[in-house]
Amino acid sequence: MSRFTPEEKVKLARHPDRPGTADFIGHLFTDFFEQRGDRLCGEDGSILGGIARFHGRPVTVIGHRKGRNLEENLRCNFGMPSPEGYRKAQRLMRQAEKFSRPIITFVDTPGAYPGKEAEERGQGEAIAQCLALMSALTVPTIAVITGEGGSGGALALAVANRVLMLEHAVYSVLSPEGFASILWKDSTRSGEACGVMKLTAQDLRRGGIVQGVLREPEGGAHMDWEATFRTVDAALVKELTELDKRKGPALARQRYDMFRGMGQNLPPAGKEEP
Amino acid sequence: MNRTFSQRRDRLLTYRAMREGKVPSPRRTQCPACGEESSRLEWDRSLQVCPKCGFHSPIGAYYRLSSLLDPGSFQELEEKLCPADPLAFPGYPEKLAGLERETGLKDAAVAALGRIDHRKAVFLVLDSRFLMGSMGTAVGEKTARCAEYAAKKKLPLIIFSASGGARMQEGIFSLMQMAKTAAAIQRFQSNGGLYISCLTHPTTGGVTASFASLGDIMLAEPGALIGFAGPRVIEQTIKERLPEGFQRAEYLLDHGFLDQIVPRDQWRAVLSQLLALHEKGGRS
Repeated sequence: MSRFTPEEKVKLARHPDRPGTADFIGHLFTDFFEQRGDRLCGEDGSILGGIARFHGRPVTVIGHRKGRNLEENLRCNFGMPSPEGYRKAQRLMRQAEKFSRPIITFVDTPGAYPGKEAEERGQGEAIAQCLALMSALTVPTIAVITGEGGSGGALALAVANRVLMLEHAVYSVLSPEGFASILWKDSTRSGEACGVMKLTAQDLRRGGIVQGVLREPEGGAHMDWEATFRTVDAALVKELTELDKRKGPALARQRYDMFRGMGQNLPPAGKEEP
Repeated sequence: MNRTFSQRRDRLLTYRAMREGKVPSPRRTQCPACGEESSRLEWDRSLQVCPKCGFHSPIGAYYRLSSLLDPGSFQELEEKLCPADPLAFPGYPEKLAGLERETGLKDAAVAALGRIDHRKAVFLVLDSRFLMGSMGTAVGEKTARCAEYAAKKKLPLIIFSASGGARMQEGIFSLMQMAKTAAAIQRFQSNGGLYISCLTHPTTGGVTASFASLGDIMLAEPGALIGFAGPRVIEQTIKERLPEGFQRAEYLLDHGFLDQIVPRDQWRAVLSQLLALHEKGGRS
C-alpha cells in the first residue's frame, strides 16, 4: 500500500529532480546514437530518440524529454512535443521495424503542445499516425511511463506490447487541471479531479491499462536514481525476454488484442456491478 | 420488426417528409451565423444549411443518415451497445439517461449498413448533441466493431465525425479508445479496406488524434472546426488572439490535411463517386 494520495503522486510525477528520459537512456543503455529530425520540416527537442545497446543488443529508444534546467526546458518545450516530434518518432519506429530492433519508449509529458504552429502542421494527424503505426509493428515494444503520462501526447508513444509504470507516475486522459476546468469550469478543483480520475499506477493496473507497476525507492524515484534504474532495468530485461519468445505477427496480434479489449465488457452505466 | 427499429425508421421517414416539404412548418428560423431569418421549409430543404449565408448547422446522426442513404437501405448496426461508467463518476449515469430520453440515442455514435446509389457501405456517424459527440468506451467500441465488420464483409467504411474529443467522464478508458480505434482502422486499411473520413463541425481532441485523421480520403464540411487543441486552450497557451478562420475546414485544406471540402447537399454525390471509383473490377 502506498502512503501517497493521488494528488501527492501528481506532484511527485512532476518533481523536477525525477529521472527523465535522457537519464534513463544514459544509465540503462550503452553506445547511444541520437537521431534527429523528421525529414519533413524540422527537429523537435521534446522527443529524444536513437539507437542504443541494451545489454549488448541494439534497440531503438524513444522518449519525451523535459530538460533539467530552464534553458533545456525551453529547448524541449517542457516536454510538450510538436508534430515534428511525433513524425520523428514514427521515422525511428519504421527504421526499428526494418532492422528488427525492439523499441523501448519512456513516457513523460504534460501533453502534446497546444500551439498555433503545432495545429498548422497537423498535431492530430501526427499523433493518429503514431498510434496506427505502433499498433501494427512486428517488433517487441515496451513503454515505461516514468513521470507524467498526459493525454494523447503520451499515448502516442505508449501503444506497446507491455506498458509499465513507475509506482508514483500518473497517466490520464487530460491533466487534472484541464479535467477540472472542462467538467467543472474550475481548474482550482484539480485536487478533487486527481481523486476521481483513477490516474495512479495502482488504479491503472487494476483497470488493465498497464501491465506492470515498478517499485520506486522510499519517498519517490528522485530520492535514489540508482535504485530506480536497477528496477527499470530488471523489468525491461524480464519483459523483453518474454516478448522475444513470440514471432512478429504474434506480437502485433497480442498488442492489437490488448488495446482492443480495453473498455470492453464493462457493466453498462447505472447498473450495479455483478 | 422490433419496437426500437420501427421507431427509428419512423424518425427517418419524418425527416425525409420534412425535407420534401410534406410536413408544413410555418415557423421561421434565425441563422445563428448571419442572423437572417428564413422559413423552416427552406432550412429543411437545404438540409439545415442557412439559405442566406450557407452556414452549416450541426445535425443529428439519424438525420445525417437519412440525407445520405438510398431509401429503405438503412439497417442499424450494434444498436444495443451502451455506455459504461468505469470511474463511477458522480452524476454520469443520470446524465446519460437524460440524454437518451432527449435524443433517442444510447451514446454519441450511430452505426449502420446502407447503400448510396446501390453501393453498400458501413457508416458510422457521431452526434454532437450527445455530450459533444465525445468518445468514451461505447463510441470507441462501436468504431472498432464497424471497422472489423467492414473488413469481414469487404465493404468500404465511411465515418462522419463530430466530436469534442475523448470523454472526460470515462477517464483513461476514453484515452485508450484512441489506440483501439486507430489500431482497428490501421488493420482494416492494411487489408485493402477503403476508409473515407468525413469531418463535420466540430472535430477536435482525441477523435482528431485517432480515427478521424486516418482516412484514405479526407473530406470536410464547409466551416467545420477541426483541430487537436481547442481554440480557447491555444489562445490561453500562446497568449494571443488566433486569426479569423483558424482551424476551419478551409484552413486545413490550405495546409494540406484535406482532399476536398464538400457542401452538405453534395455529400451523396461525392461519396457515390468515390464508392464507384473503388469498386472491384475498376481495374479492367
